[in-house]
Amino acid sequence: MTWFSIIMSGIVTYLSRMTMIALIDREMLGDKVKEVLNYVPAAVFPAIIFPGVFINDIGQMVEPTDPKIYGAIVALIVGFYSKNVIATILSGLLSYWFIIFFI
Amino acid sequence: MLSKSNIFLRGITDVLPHMLSVVPFGIITGAIGIELGFDPILVYATSLIIFGGASQIIFMQLLSGGASSLVAITSVGVINSRHLLYGAVLSEYLEKLSFIKRLLISYFVVDQGFAESNKFIKKNNTQNNLHYHVLGGGITLWFFWQISTISGIILGSFIPEQLGLKFAIPLTFLAVVVNDLRKLDHIFVMLVSGFVSLILYNAPFKSYIILSPIIALFAAFIMLRIIR
Repeated sequence: MTWFSIIMSGIVTYLSRMTMIALIDREMLGDKVKEVLNYVPAAVFPAIIFPGVFINDIGQMVEPTDPKIYGAIVALIVGFYSKNVIATILSGLLSYWFIIFFI
Repeated sequence: MLSKSNIFLRGITDVLPHMLSVVPFGIITGAIGIELGFDPILVYATSLIIFGGASQIIFMQLLSGGASSLVAITSVGVINSRHLLYGAVLSEYLEKLSFIKRLLISYFVVDQGFAESNKFIKKNNTQNNLHYHVLGGGITLWFFWQISTISGIILGSFIPEQLGLKFAIPLTFLAVVVNDLRKLDHIFVMLVSGFVSLILYNAPFKSYIILSPIIALFAAFIMLRIIR
């Protein structure tokens, strides 16, 4: 039963990756749709970022003083000016660790 | 004009920084599977067959908690449906490839790979063979994901939980979008997506992951109509 679930989940996931690339003809998408597609990263990734920062392990909003919020703010500022992925991630993690271990 | 191998190499180097979050997350995923009591082969099979980060964890948690296969499969489908959006963006640059090549390259479309390839393609859209960037990034992410989940399966969760390394996930995606904070229209779309995700967080099947982007894209559509 678990093998069945894994294989079905794999097929569903593969279909989500493959459908738009291999099955759908781009001509079928209108100009307005193509224009809106420019915003896909801006529309998708905050839905991963916000819960990762503002929601805790049991699905509740964190306190306004949560260390993750400060870590995210530091990462945001460092990322904005450095435009560097490693600097963004490390600055966020290090400031987060600094708060939870030393303050 | 960049050569194919140059573009492939750029794909690799562009995703490498994301290994800071991918590798710990992979180790945690493998370790959680074992802790939940699954056979090591089954845990690894989720990395090879599903190949989808968070969806693998939720899949195993649901099954071990007694959920039906239908619920587990549906959840994976809902969480991973965001790939439809990545595919829609990338298809413009992949449409000249043969059908077989498009079927193969599809397997390697993942979040961080899409994000970096999308940036590279926007800057170099006059180049040929841009799909080599998608392949270089995708194969690199695939390789590190397989190795790190296997490490987690074998070694267990040797990363101390107190480190809170799950926090690296939002940071890795923050690094991807932070440059778009220079554009007001993108900021607007990001805020819509972010706030909607917090409101819908407890909706069934983790559907906030796809509902928030859809609502944010609809907001973008309205915004474009109003600006003109």
